[in-house]
Amino acid sequence: MTGRGKVRRLTCIVCPLGCEIEVRLDRGPGGDVRVLEVRGATCPRGREWAAQEVTDPRRVVITVVPVRGGDPPTVSVKTDRPIPKSRIPEFMRALAGLEVEAPVRVGQVLAKDVLDLANVVATRESRSMGRSFGERP
Amino acid sequence: MGVRVVVVGAGVVGASVARVLSRYEGLEVHLIDTNPDVGWGVSKANTGIVHGGYDDDPDRFPLRAELCALGNEIWHRWVEELDIPHAWSGALVVALEGDQRGELESLLERGRRNGVPELRIVEREEALALEPNLTPDVEAALWAPTVGQIHPVRATVAIVENAVDNGVRVHLETEIRGVKVKGGEVRGLETSRGFLEADIVVNAAGLRADELADMAGVEFPRIRPRRGEYWIFDRSAGPKPRRVLFPTPTLTSKGVVVTTEVSGHLMIGPNAEDLPPDAKDDVGNTAKGLEEVWERARELWPRLPSRRLVIRTFAGLRPEPEGGDFVIGTTEVWGFVNAAGTRSPGLTAAPAIALRVRDALVELGIELREKSRWKATRRDIESTIDLSWRERASRAREDPFRGRVVCRCNLVTEREVLEAIERMRAVGVRTPSLDSVKFRTGATSGTCQGSFCRVRLVEILAREFGVPLWGVTLKGRGSEVGVGDVKVLLRGRA
Amino acid sequence: MGTRVEGRRDVVVVGGGPAGMAAAARAAELGLDVLMVDEGERLGGILPQCIHPGFGVHYLREELTGPEFAQRLASRVEDAGVDVLLEAHVPEVRWISHAEKGVRVLSPGFSGEVRAGAVIYAAGARERHRFEIGILGDRVAGVYTAGEAQTMMDVYGILPGRRVLVVGSGDVGMIVARRFALEGAEVVGVVEIMPYPGGLTRNVVQCLEDFDIPLLLSHRVVSVRGRGRVEKAVLMRVDEGLRDIPGTETEVECDTVVVSAGLVPRVEVLRELGALIDPATGGPVVNDRLETTVPGVFAAGNALVINDLVDHAAEQGEQAAEGAAEFLRRGGIPATDWVRLRPGEGVKLTVPQLLSGERDVWIYLRVNRPVRNARLSLRGAGREVRLPVVRPAEMVRVKLMAGEVRRAKVGGREVVAEVYRG
Ligand SMILES: Cc1cc2nc3c(=O)[nH]c(=O)nc-3n(C[C@H](O)[C@H](O)[C@H](O)COP(=O)(O)OP(=O)(O)OC[C@H]3O[C@@H](n4cnc5c(N)ncnc54)[C@H](O)[C@@H]3O)c2cc1C
Ligand SMILES: Cc1cc2nc3c(=O)[nH]c(=O)nc-3n(C[C@H](O)[C@H](O)[C@H](O)COP(=O)(O)OP(=O)(O)OC[C@H]3O[C@@H](n4cnc5c(N)ncnc54)[C@H](O)[C@@H]3O)c2cc1C
Repeated sequence: MTGRGKVRRLTCIVCPLGCEIEVRLDRGPGGDVRVLEVRGATCPRGREWAAQEVTDPRRVVITVVPVRGGDPPTVSVKTDRPIPKSRIPEFMRALAGLEVEAPVRVGQVLAKDVLDLANVVATRESRSMGRSFGERP
Repeated sequence: MGVRVVVVGAGVVGASVARVLSRYEGLEVHLIDTNPDVGWGVSKANTGIVHGGYDDDPDRFPLRAELCALGNEIWHRWVEELDIPHAWSGALVVALEGDQRGELESLLERGRRNGVPELRIVEREEALALEPNLTPDVEAALWAPTVGQIHPVRATVAIVENAVDNGVRVHLETEIRGVKVKGGEVRGLETSRGFLEADIVVNAAGLRADELADMAGVEFPRIRPRRGEYWIFDRSAGPKPRRVLFPTPTLTSKGVVVTTEVSGHLMIGPNAEDLPPDAKDDVGNTAKGLEEVWERARELWPRLPSRRLVIRTFAGLRPEPEGGDFVIGTTEVWGFVNAAGTRSPGLTAAPAIALRVRDALVELGIELREKSRWKATRRDIESTIDLSWRERASRAREDPFRGRVVCRCNLVTEREVLEAIERMRAVGVRTPSLDSVKFRTGATSGTCQGSFCRVRLVEILAREFGVPLWGVTLKGRGSEVGVGDVKVLLRGRA
Repeated sequence: MGTRVEGRRDVVVVGGGPAGMAAAARAAELGLDVLMVDEGERLGGILPQCIHPGFGVHYLREELTGPEFAQRLASRVEDAGVDVLLEAHVPEVRWISHAEKGVRVLSPGFSGEVRAGAVIYAAGARERHRFEIGILGDRVAGVYTAGEAQTMMDVYGILPGRRVLVVGSGDVGMIVARRFALEGAEVVGVVEIMPYPGGLTRNVVQCLEDFDIPLLLSHRVVSVRGRGRVEKAVLMRVDEGLRDIPGTETEVECDTVVVSAGLVPRVEVLRELGALIDPATGGPVVNDRLETTVPGVFAAGNALVINDLVDHAAEQGEQAAEGAAEFLRRGGIPATDWVRLRPGEGVKLTVPQLLSGERDVWIYLRVNRPVRNARLSLRGAGREVRLPVVRPAEMVRVKLMAGEVRRAKVGGREVVAEVYRG
């Protein structure tokens, strides 16, 4: 690959083929990253992914949130949209103090607009404690 | 108040001493160990064999010779009284073609001198009829029907429970740091929890018996750790022998055994490797040691299962006293009594060693009168896996906790776990640990080695001991299962 | 809970993971009277602990997290009218007759034997642990299997450690590594004995590279050392034959070692029943209805063969349900001269092992090394398939037509699956 700009090499994750993709890019007048050329991808989805990945990589973040009085004592959660990869650690720290009250339903929004990036949504339920028989024999 | 006896070391020997002494009026017996539970020293990791008593040369090692044979006899009674899981499977000492037969003859002769009954040399055909998967290279074997197997930690636990029932007090997580001697007499012990007055101190400190003797200024042979390693196979793996199989012994050890241990797993080991004197905690497994065990075991049992069927490896340290014999009885310090130097066959000899300690008290002029009420029996936790299907189902219908299976591999229910916890409390366990439950119930020791049930046990232990989940330990402080709640590191950085 | 347990059921499903749930729902949708038992406290098998996305792309045409996928199947189970018994362990299934089995159940609510016309066994798998992969040294706290670490963190909310070494670079290992990194733990590395990563490229990128987690290929953890807790792990480099290279020991400081070394089907109950076990899959030998060699007992999901995709596990559940329905309708699976399907060159395992030639059949197979531009030949059936890439971590799934299977009936009565380059 020749020409202007910087080259980044990526392994495509769109399908199991794992194409080795090269993306040539440079910076626009405003400092934004511009894709000049994508090579090595064998499908349009791969090309699209590579362009996105070098300009603005984003991920859906998955974690758990403790549930007071819940069975199980946590719920699993995800962000309702991908957030910039570089902000994941900050995002995780912002969630660290979050604790919710049982019961929790799947789909329930547990935190809104965290760092103005995304909502945090429960992906698993947690019931209020209280088993079918006693805690202690 | 009477005479205060403090037994240092809650291994099988100290436990046996405590039980035997609990029988007498006027003795206040304390049992002390630095570990969080009883039986976690040498008594935790060994072959679990109740030896016959034909190995030990009465001329060179008179105590071993006498107390092993006697211990075997007593264990036959104790396993019944105390409901200890056991198997009186008998043993074959196998001589391979070549020059080993002579060794069998001398074992037989030694056995006769030590008073071991029913020993007999069997020829090749009979040996192979008894154990069809034995190596075809067998020439003859010594058949010792009185040999048996016990679960050593469960045995220690059983003995301590019974001793506690009879008034013995147990102090765990209590380290002895000094022995106070005045005017040639024992006065007490400096412990990590303060000073404890004592009239009699029994040194049952296993690997550290020499260090305890040093504290009292009592001369004692040095104890060196000698490591032995083992492989354990899945319960489904075979073929398994019906009897304990020994090679013909060497000078340092009785050799690598092939056996089906009490809970039904094929087990091979131990080798014998001398470690430096300061390696008294090094129970790590090594590739070299394990390979040696494998090779030796194959000589007796050529059809070893595939290594893929190994579920665990472990190692133990024998406390080898210079001189080679047990060190038992009174010493130059009045009141300091040894029950130590407990190399193999110390497990077998433990009850007999305890009787020797009792005799030592008599020798010191202490009058021993039997209690009018002394409880000889103790019941084990009822294991679901040992019950018939009908019994399992009817127990579960009566008791919902019997219907909640926690450890799937060994069919341990929540009831057994709760009973284990109750009994841990009864012997003074204060730190919740998974090993305490494992040794009492078998939970986590099956095919999956706890990957399914460990966390459920953690949940139960945390609930019963009132600690956070991550505060439950594997085997005492410093072995917590977690470092905090799942957000603990992120919060720290917020 | 109003679950009816007693009495005779058409079908009892053992295991309420995705395979069991799909089987139970399908069987009930076919009009059968179904009881499903699971020893867990909630439905879903291992899915509730797999909180990452990546489930259901084929089966539900939507990418969900594990708990969400479980929830979907659970509502289908409920809608279909399946009776569900939780916290119920099945220690044993008893042969009564060709037409009846006794499923023994222990649970806090009900303990006893349930009679079943057919049994679908979907008990999943267990994880290989440190002793099976030869990690020696000290037996200390801080050594967990991947699934166990996931359960601790993502169900119970316990953080197992601060400095973590992961053993095994399959998808599961990499996903667990990311979970630790997200929660602020330091993942000191992922160790892989093979010269290539075990899992998908997507996971190498999103789980390891995203978090700067080093991947150590051609390495093995030989031991862990520590007093109460792991203090370090000892690594060795291995050669192409996977043998240790002497003198290459290195020590890595860590307080946690997570073993992600693959799964083993849980077949104790089947083995006790007398079912033949295939050493290649570790699961039972089955015919094209997923019936084991014990008539009336069917198998699906990870108990049958280790599936990397939940979609396949669920699909097998449905197939087993259809097989069970046929068994009940016809009073048994009709006798035939079965064609054997077996692995050949480049192939590690194949399922199902017995083909009737009376129906089209989905064949699952796993290769034993990665191949690009692969040619899969089903010798005996006269079928060839070209695949851009095959890897051991990804099950290959191919439909074989009844007519193709019948071709093998005139030949050697076997179909051999082989994989070549080019
Ligand atoms: C590999 C191996 C195989 C064996 N096989 C057999 C066999 O098959 N049959 C057989 O008969 N024997 C066998 N033995 C021998 C047998 O295991 C021992 O003889 C026996 O367990 C010793 O018990 P003990 O109570 O003396 O020691 P331990 O069980 O070690 O008890 C001593 C206790 O003292 C405590 N302690 C020490 N110092 C202090 C202190 N300062 N403060 C507080 N507590 C202290 C320790 O914590 C320990 O719990 C084997 C041994 C090994 C290692
Ligand atoms: C960590 C991990 C991550 C994965 N990630 C993905 C992914 O991203 N995408 C994807 O598509 N697939 C993934 N998979 C694969 C997929 O999830 C599995 O193939 C699938 O869950 C297997 O389903 P199953 O129903 O066969 O087994 P399981 O889910 O294991 O369910 C078996 C059930 O049977 C019960 N049971 C077992 N024995 C008994 C008994 N004797 N009595 C009563 N009940 C019993 C168990 O309690 C359990 O609930 C992953 C797998 C793992 C392990």
